[in-house]
Parts: sequence; C-alpha cells; structure tokens
Amino acid sequence: MKRSIQLAAGILALAITPLAAQLVVPEMAYDVAIEPLKLPPDLNFGEVAGIATNSKGDAFVYTRTGHPTLSLGTARPFAHGGSRMFRFDKTGKYVGEIGQASYAMLFAEKVKVDPQDNIWVVDQMANTVMEFDSEGRLVMLLGRKAESEVVPARGAAPPAAPGGGGAGAAGAAQAGGGAQPAGARAGGAGGGGDPEGGGGRGRGGPPGAGGQQDVFNRPTDVAWDAAGNIYVADGLGNNNRVAKFDKNGKFVRSWGQTGTANGQFRQPRSIVVDAQGLVYVADAGNRRIQVFDADGNFKTKFLNVGTPRAICITQGPRQVMYVSNSNPPEDIDYDGEIFKVDLTGKLLGKFGHAGRLAKEFNAVNQIECRTENEIWAAEIGNWRVSKITLRGTASTN
Amino acid sequence: MRRALSIPLAAALVLCAMPAFAQVKASAQNVPEIPYDSVPNFLKLPPGRYLGEAIGVATNSKGHVFVYTRSANTQLFEFDQNGVFVREIGAGAYNFEFAHSVRVDPQDNIWVVDEGTNTITRFNPEGHITMVLGRRPPAVLGMLQSPVPGPKPPAAKYTFGRPTDVAWDPQGNIFISDGYVNHRVVKFDKNGRFVKQVGSQNAGAEPSQFNTPHGIAVDGNGNVYVADRGNNRMQVFDNNLVLRNIYDNIGVSWTVCISPGPHQYLFTSNSNPNGNPPGSWDITGEIYKMELDGTILGKFGHAGKQLGGFQVVHMMDCRNPDQIIVAEIESWRVQKLMLKPSAAPARPTTTAAR
Repeated sequence: MKRSIQLAAGILALAITPLAAQLVVPEMAYDVAIEPLKLPPDLNFGEVAGIATNSKGDAFVYTRTGHPTLSLGTARPFAHGGSRMFRFDKTGKYVGEIGQASYAMLFAEKVKVDPQDNIWVVDQMANTVMEFDSEGRLVMLLGRKAESEVVPARGAAPPAAPGGGGAGAAGAAQAGGGAQPAGARAGGAGGGGDPEGGGGRGRGGPPGAGGQQDVFNRPTDVAWDAAGNIYVADGLGNNNRVAKFDKNGKFVRSWGQTGTANGQFRQPRSIVVDAQGLVYVADAGNRRIQVFDADGNFKTKFLNVGTPRAICITQGPRQVMYVSNSNPPEDIDYDGEIFKVDLTGKLLGKFGHAGRLAKEFNAVNQIECRTENEIWAAEIGNWRVSKITLRGTASTN
Repeated sequence: MRRALSIPLAAALVLCAMPAFAQVKASAQNVPEIPYDSVPNFLKLPPGRYLGEAIGVATNSKGHVFVYTRSANTQLFEFDQNGVFVREIGAGAYNFEFAHSVRVDPQDNIWVVDEGTNTITRFNPEGHITMVLGRRPPAVLGMLQSPVPGPKPPAAKYTFGRPTDVAWDPQGNIFISDGYVNHRVVKFDKNGRFVKQVGSQNAGAEPSQFNTPHGIAVDGNGNVYVADRGNNRMQVFDNNLVLRNIYDNIGVSWTVCISPGPHQYLFTSNSNPNGNPPGSWDITGEIYKMELDGTILGKFGHAGKQLGGFQVVHMMDCRNPDQIIVAEIESWRVQKLMLKPSAAPARPTTTAAR
C-alpha cells in the first residue's frame, strides 16, 4: 500500500515536473539517532513543533506541552500557557527551559537560531515572534498577543474545523476519510489537506488583504538575510504574506495575499533566505516553493516538492535546501519524505516516509540543516525529535 | 485559586453530553454469588496527593498498580504491589486532559486513553512517551462548539472521537474502542498503521454496530470482546473484526477484562449508573465472572458507598482472576477484591450466548 502511494506520488511528480531529469529522484541512505535528546524522567515532549541548534551544538525544542487554559470568572476569556521551550547541550543532555511562564508561549510553531546565537520563537496562537539572547533574555518582540480569546472561536463553523473537544475526531481531519490523500495531493481547496487551515483568528486584516506591519495571524516562521533583515512567514490565518523588517525590527514592507497566482500564498509555512538574499517561501497550500528577491519581487517557483511544510538551508559556499513533504498529523499513509533540493529547484535526492517507527517521520513541522549531512526534524505526529545522518552526499542510487 | 478550563472544553463537553445512563437488570438467572473481601486502605497516597474519579486501573507484570484519575488535573499514578505510592508518570503530558482508561501491555508499556484529547498514548516503563495514536484538537483553533452541529463526517483512520479503551492481541495488533462520538472498534498493526474497523461514526443497535463501545479486551486467540454499553450487551469478534457472538444477559456492559494464562476468564461489570437513580442499587452494581464462551460462572459486588460496595465501576484489572482491582467513578476509589472459593460448584449455570 505504501509502495503504491509512493508510486502515485511519482506519477504526480511526472505530471507537474518540468524537467524529465527529475523523474528519478535518488533515494538517500540515512540513519536516525534513537533519542538524540535525553529528557529528565518527569518530562515528556508534546507535539514537537520546532527544533533548532546554535553554533555550539546546543539544541532548542519548542513543544506543545499542554493546552492554554482559560480562567473562569473573568471579564473576558484570557489564555495562559500551553507550550514550553527546552534546551539541551550538544551531547543531548537536558539543560533547562527558556521562556517558562512567558506571556506568549501558547501554541508552539517554530524556533530558530540566528548567526549571533539569538533564539527566535514563533508562536502560532500568540501571533508573536520573540527574540531571546543566548542566555534566554528577551531582546525583541514582533507582534502582540491578543488580549483575550474569542469564545467560541471565530470562523470555527463546521465543517472546516475539527469538531470541538470530543468531536475532535470529526471535522475536516476526517472529511476525506481514506480518500484524503487524493484531495490533498491535488492541492484541493482544502489548503493542502490541512484541518488547521483556513479559519483566521487574531487580528489580521480581512481575507485576502494581507496584513499590517507586525500584526500577524498565525505566523509560522522567521528568517534573516546577511544584513540582518527579518522575514516572517504570516501564516496560517488569512494574512498570507511575507513581512519584512529591518534588523532593528522596523517594518519595511510586506508582500503577498491569499491566492494561487505568483506572489500570492495559501498557508506559507516556512521561510529561508540564501547567501545572495533570495527568499524561499514554502507555500504549502499551493504545494510549491516560491522564490523572491529581497524586495519581494517574484523570481521563480518549484512545483516538485509536494506539500512543503518545512524547509531549511545549509551554510557555506554551496548551499542546498532540505524540504519536507510532510504528511498531515492525521494520516500516515502518504507523503512524509524529505527532499534535498539545490537552489535552482533540482531534486538531488530524497529519504524517509510517513510512519511511527524510527527512520519514519510523522508530520514534520521544522527541519534544521545543521550540516549538509546532519538534519534534525521536529515531528508533530510522533512527539519527538529525530536526528538524521545522511550517508554520503548526493547519492547516485 | 484559579479554576482553569482547557480550551477544547472537555469539562463542558461532559456536562452537556453525559447521557442519563440506563439501569438495566441483568436477565441471567440463578447466578451464584462469589464471596469476597475488599482490602482496607489498599492504595496509600502520600500527603497532598488525591485520587479524583478513579477512572482507569491496570497492573504490570510485577503487580504494580497504575491509576489514571481525574484529579485536579488528569494524572497517572504508579503504586507498588502493596499499594505504596511509587511515582507520578507523565505529569502535565500533552495527552492528559480527561482520563478514560489505562492498560499495561505484555512488555510493561503503559497505555493511556484520554477522551479529552482524543489520544491513545504509550509510555515505556521508564515513563516516556513512545507512541501516539490520534490527535489532540489544536488549541490554536480556539474553543469550539460541541457537539458540532450538522451531519457527522465519516470516521477517519487515524483520529478518534472520545475514545474509551485499548487492547492488544498476541501479535501486538492494537484494538481501540472509539468511543462516545464515533461508535466503532479500530484495529491497527503493532506499528500503529490502520488495518480495519467495525462500526462507524454512527450509533446503531444491529449486530456489529455499537452504541458507545466503552471497553475492550482481547483473548489469547486474538478474539475481541467489546463492552457495547449503550446497547446493554457485549459483542465478541474474531481477530478480523467479524462478529462471533453477543452476550446480552449481563445488564449494561460497562467494562471488560480477561485474565491471562491457559484458562482465561472474562469479567464484565453491570455498573450502577452515575447519579444513583432511584432503585438502581437494587438491580445493578454486580460484576460477572464468565468463561470466554459466555457461560456465567458467578457474580460479586453490589452498588454501595462503603468499602466493598461499588460506586460506578469504570474499569477492572484481572491479571489475577481471584484478585480483582476495580476503579470507581463516584467514590474516587480503587479497591482490591479478594475473591473466595464459591460455595457452589464452579460449573456452568447459565449460558449467555444467544
């Protein structure tokens, strides 16, 4: 069954791949470290949304450890807590926590470390991008957490959202049933088949209008260019834009709105910038990566990477990207492979597939390219971090 | 003190969705009583620790007792074989919201079923999570209306609607009763891949349909026993989920367990309903000991507040078929019951199969 699905994916690639040379993507041999990060006995990861490492090899994990709570007997519903960030040293030993009890760690999305070893935290529910220094002190904040929550959630009408509480199994996660892969692969109106898609919350602008300055709506990722300019992927709500700030956090511009045309987005989930300053956006709902210059001018797009939910880019003179065609957390029977991609969009190799075993991946939400052959993956579906070692560079199969 | 309410609103869900349970007198006649004692002060909690509703109970190969309880927060406690508190497992874990079941597999992994987060989660013996089935509804979607109005979408392979229990066959295949929103049993292979299901998202009373499948157990031959609570019966399936038998003379089958070993016994509880409606103590509260083929061997227990009586038995452990550990909802209590040899000869008295 798995094989037939991969075959189907291959046929799809055939249909949309512009270059015949890419029809055969070499399988890359790889190993996965068992439990690369050692948690204390009384601690567990929840859904692991973010993974990053700094220059010393310390690892940072941003995880959904419990749901935000609302207090009863208040003037408005206020949300508290829900996610935590753990720090490990380069041997995988647990060191401690950063940002505990901070104001805006509600629903973990990404963590990234910049070249100065500052730690950037993107929270999808608080609508914030928090920069901590390497000691864990807050340096800069983009966005603002909504003062209170809307109850029931705005835009939560069925059938677009998973049912509340007990009905959670119902709803869009089930809408496709066993046939879901077809719709998801076809890039149907469901936005990459993601039950979290659509339904903006927070204070973003009207649908399709983009967003203002640092008013985010379920932001997903952050990246920097060589000059320190900041790019935020924004996001899973209805902003569907990239917001650019200078290194001091001053708003520069934003581009994009909801749509399928070049320069438009549906659920941008990940963003990286290469050494030349080109910006690569994982436009997951449109099943493509879009490439822009630093001013947001559309340059090109890659249509051969499935549903890109996470991308990372290596450092050094010959940069490559890894792109995860992640399965959604609600299904392990299709997708899940990670592609190695050069900066022109050529697929150099691929590895992995969806599942719960070691060497399988389940809803990878972030990947960290520590080197070209050492990749870390944060798995929402398996509540774990996988450390991947690729055996040799671009395999010729 | 702040009273916290989680966003998926498990608590409100229970308030609005908890049906008024039927009290059903079992139709089995002339069932011998099995005498028993309840061990006083079986579980010894350290100061500052409390059981809430003692929803789930299970033992591992060493006899350690695991209790999954709705305390201030849902918590998982481990006690040794003498009932001495050992530790809390998974404090604050992402899958903990509203306890429903705990079971221990042959490798001593601890599995918890949480109906507040729609997850079945495997902890290894050290207490770390090693597998997750289902998905907690994302908090970022906010507080949602429940139940969702309109027609139900089809039950999906990998997500659950308030699942209730888990069991395994000798090959490690995983069987899940699902649950209050869906009404089905799902089979996964040992690696957590969907194999098949019986039942659907809709409740039904026909054979192979369910109305709140509330507990599940698998025997040594891989047959699957489902406490079909809302239909006042137990349904038995083969390993491919083909119906083999229906036992419907045992009142409301709230929960089932099967003892290990060469001669396995089946236990089911006709628990008294929540709220103790008038007359319910007279006709409910007993637990049946059965052969796997449905032959009833005896019964024990009764509704009551005092030790030895039951206040809505929610789960049983029968690793030792003569020492039954029961978890009760309304007395916030776990009891260890020492069954005594019955005065009556232990031979078939009545047959459940129809």
